[in-house]
Amino acid sequence: MKKGTIVKVSGPLVMAKGMEHANIQDLCYVGDMRLVGEIIEMRHDVASIQVYEETSGVGPGEPVETTGEALSVELGPGIVSQMFDGIQRPLDTFKAQTDSNFLVRGVNIEALDRQNKWAFNATKAVGDMVEPGDIIGTVQETKVIEHRVMIPHGVKGKLTALESGEFSLEDVVAKVETDNGETDVTMLQRWPVRRGRPFKKKLNPDKPMLTGQRVIDTFFPITKGGAAAVPGPFGAGKTVVQHQIAKFSDVDLVVYVGCGERGNEMTDVLNEFPELVDPNTGESLMERTILIANTSNMPVAAREASIYTGITIAEYFRDMGYSVAIMADSTSRWAEALREMSGRLEEMPGDEGYPAYLGSRIAEYYERAGRIVTVGSEEREGSITAIGAVSPPGGDTSEPVTQNTLRVVKIFWALDSSLAQKRHFPSVNWLTSYSLYLDDVGKFMDQELETNWAEMVQHSMNILQEESELQEIVRLVGIESLSEKDRLTMVIAQQLREDYLQQNAFDDVDTFTSRTKQYYMLDLILSFEEEAREAMRLGAYYKEILEGTSDLRDKIARAKFISEDNVEQIRALKDEAKEIIHNIVAEGGMTQNA
Amino acid sequence: MLKEYKTVSEVVGPLMAVEGVEGVKFDELVEVQLQTGEIRHGQVLEVDGDKAMVQIFEGPSGINIKDTKVRFRGKPLSIDVSEDMVGRVFNGLGEPMDDGPDIIPETSLDVNGQAINPIARDYPDEFIQTGISAIDHLNTLVRGQKLPVFSGSGLPHKELAAQIARQASVLNSDEKFAVVFAAMGITFDEAEFFMEDFRKTGAIDRSVMFINLANDPAIERIATPKMALTTAEYLAFEKDMHVLVIMTDMTYYCEALREISAARREVPGRRGYPGYLYTNLSTLYERAGRLVGKKGSVTQIPILSMPEDDITHPIPDLTGYITEGQIILSRDLDKQGLKPPINVLPSLSRLKDKGTGEGKTRKDHAPTMNQLFAAYAKGIEAKELAVVLGESALSDTDKLYVEFTKRFEAEYINQGFYTNRSIEDTLTLGWELLSILPRTELKRISSELIEEFMPEGE
Ligand SMILES: Nc1ncnc2c1ncn2[C@@H]1O[C@H](COP(=O)(O)OP(=O)(O)OP(=O)(O)O)[C@@H](O)[C@H]1O
Ligand SMILES: [Mg+2]
Repeated sequence: MKKGTIVKVSGPLVMAKGMEHANIQDLCYVGDMRLVGEIIEMRHDVASIQVYEETSGVGPGEPVETTGEALSVELGPGIVSQMFDGIQRPLDTFKAQTDSNFLVRGVNIEALDRQNKWAFNATKAVGDMVEPGDIIGTVQETKVIEHRVMIPHGVKGKLTALESGEFSLEDVVAKVETDNGETDVTMLQRWPVRRGRPFKKKLNPDKPMLTGQRVIDTFFPITKGGAAAVPGPFGAGKTVVQHQIAKFSDVDLVVYVGCGERGNEMTDVLNEFPELVDPNTGESLMERTILIANTSNMPVAAREASIYTGITIAEYFRDMGYSVAIMADSTSRWAEALREMSGRLEEMPGDEGYPAYLGSRIAEYYERAGRIVTVGSEEREGSITAIGAVSPPGGDTSEPVTQNTLRVVKIFWALDSSLAQKRHFPSVNWLTSYSLYLDDVGKFMDQELETNWAEMVQHSMNILQEESELQEIVRLVGIESLSEKDRLTMVIAQQLREDYLQQNAFDDVDTFTSRTKQYYMLDLILSFEEEAREAMRLGAYYKEILEGTSDLRDKIARAKFISEDNVEQIRALKDEAKEIIHNIVAEGGMTQNA
Repeated sequence: MLKEYKTVSEVVGPLMAVEGVEGVKFDELVEVQLQTGEIRHGQVLEVDGDKAMVQIFEGPSGINIKDTKVRFRGKPLSIDVSEDMVGRVFNGLGEPMDDGPDIIPETSLDVNGQAINPIARDYPDEFIQTGISAIDHLNTLVRGQKLPVFSGSGLPHKELAAQIARQASVLNSDEKFAVVFAAMGITFDEAEFFMEDFRKTGAIDRSVMFINLANDPAIERIATPKMALTTAEYLAFEKDMHVLVIMTDMTYYCEALREISAARREVPGRRGYPGYLYTNLSTLYERAGRLVGKKGSVTQIPILSMPEDDITHPIPDLTGYITEGQIILSRDLDKQGLKPPINVLPSLSRLKDKGTGEGKTRKDHAPTMNQLFAAYAKGIEAKELAVVLGESALSDTDKLYVEFTKRFEAEYINQGFYTNRSIEDTLTLGWELLSILPRTELKRISSELIEEFMPEGE
């Protein structure tokens, strides 16, 4: 391998001369400690290298060795349930191999275990014609994930050997007779992280991805293949929202990228997920989860790489025909890493010091999400749903990262510090958030639930909007000035906010709400409204209704704590509501007639 | 023999350029010897060919370009540590400044530390009773957490921090406990306040103090918290101690960073602070925690004064994005005479959920906490409404909320700096206040808990 010589070290940026043989994006080993780095710029024979480990103790004169290969991930059985760092080093092996609780430097570890034997089950036969993307066999990787071994890119022809059996990653499981001779196929593939994996075509992502979070599923739904941004100031609840989605969404696989955030949050996931049961499969959540951890105090260059590592892994499973969700917490920290490298390269700074290419990088990332038809003769459908937290300075979303993100995503969950301060969680602001998939999902749900779901949602939204206007009036002239009708609107709006939208992630029951329960809960509140309005039309007074239903409203408020096994109780409450309000009318009617 | 250079070519602010160097490494420790013989310390910020850029901790004053000698030490900035540091006072660079004997080092540690492998972390979930209701019940502190105090000039953060240090230590007296205190740019009076308080309670014998005062070199402050945290990690993870680290005032630390950044002519970020302020702060704050298989823990209480009480200022803002919550002091509450003037609504402890409840504190902890928050928020709104429209515009329920709010502030928050409440006492007081409100308002508490805990005869 060819070597260059370091001439400059400035934090994570190292420059080396004598590198004319190297290519942009080549991975290299930097200095005597052989730290991992990537070439991000070449000028004559001088390469600028971003180094994925701390560079203290590195100096001019030390060697740099390029590998001639771009930063890539290893793909094959053994990825799921793992926690990797930003450049796919498995952190448990890291700890075992270094015998240290800390991330010591210059450690070279293979991403996937070469020793482990996997039970490979051939699904094609010798003589079959295969092309890239075709599945030739499967491995039960975890209890819930069947790893589908695909023909790698660039390989096409007739299968000349294929056999079921126990194999390790580098064993040959198949041979293909191609135009250029026979090629061995193993269960291990590599793919450069900065290049999206190819697919045949994109489809409209119009099927909901259910998250079990009421404010999301009902008001601002996300779809399989959609992309969402979650901006909010610190403590607004971005991480909790993403953890909740990672836990409960009805996808096959979750890739969670902790990008420049807290170490304890990754530990939390690592401790909690194995204990939690996936409501969709009945198995432990860790069986379908992949974690990428580059915490805030880990090297910033690796932070920049971490989201690409994550999305490439997501694409690989998408190509098997799975629905995958990827969360990045937080994309702002990734953008800051970009800014820091750009600054050290002395590039011309754009908005708030971010490089001019910030917008295109963000767009490129979210473009890798989507619902697609895979390559290969089988034309599977797969999807990646991408959710990115954004951490705007001072909570001000006019800043470049939020703005550039909003240009590409179709879902915006605006977290609001004033709601968070009132402990209204999730603090998704119902007036400023939006989902451009609302109509698609509404139609879908109408069919699935055989109801007027879309209408119910629209009506609820109108009430909440009306409430905010009425609140203005109350603030100026007091509640007494409102008509009885408006005061009822205020009551219903409060029910929607407190009894429906608020959802405690830390309550065993409330943490997840199925589609059916969401429908029952919303229907309960809206039918309460309908009955109450009808009662007023028949002459009952607002005050009578309010006083006569205080126990009832208390029960409505507690509907969220009724477990999924007992949702019929919510149905029963609806009948009870009817009866109670009818009685109020009956009695009220008497007072009026008298 | 270390090579000595007399090739200083430039001194700009706290930075010094040395030319013709050989074998210099990034981040290396530097010794600068002035013409007077005085030795100063520095650190390599960048090395470009044969030119090294050095930041001088003690500042540039009196440096003569021609006669200054520079030695590169071939190792990073380090601190000699030993258990004997407990009970001692050091300067901001970790050199003893009391009358005690030299520290005989057990080992010498790189102050930059290393990131903890997330696999090796043990999630912090052990309740620390600080004896302060607004913290224990509403913004619970746990071992291994980083929970800053956001304050403003003139607000009593030092009283609060001292109260925490005093009261949190007594509960677990059978366990090994230490306080590591890092002063950065604060006044002599403020430092003396802590010393005096620690002396009175005997905590001084269990403390390690690193002192950089307002009149000490500003750039030295960049090293001070690293000295403190390296010592804390050593005591926690090598000596099994539960270490509480108090760092005050982070604002001056950040200002020192800004000074370096300006001298390097870096593209400034918001309000002139460098774009890497977030990353830099995280390399300090993330050094809190617990490790699997280790007895000790590092808990951090950084204190920062918000310039102009502005929470969106980059220093509190970026801190809040890294730490696991924040305790916010309010000037309004302070004016009303509340001690401590903690504004609980924007305050937060993110680790409370796993550190409270049955088996840790009590099963009614979280529901009553949620209810108190909701009720207080509602009470404040009602109070504001009353200001605009008069008391008479309030509904009967609203009036009860106003009463609740007044008593909540006067009795629950305003406990004084010397009252030490057990968590049970705090919970009892919470129930008493909630009994002011109609039961139908207590939506966040289950009926069973209300039956069990609500005081009789409301
Ligand atoms: N759905 C929820 N239910 C209950 N509590 C919640 C919920 N969402 C957020 N919280 C509370 O808010 C706190 C902060 O949430 P979170 O850590 O997600 O904020 P964040 O927006 O990610 O902040 P940062 O930007 O600093 O990382 C949590 O620790 C929790 O106490
Ligand atoms: Mg977060």
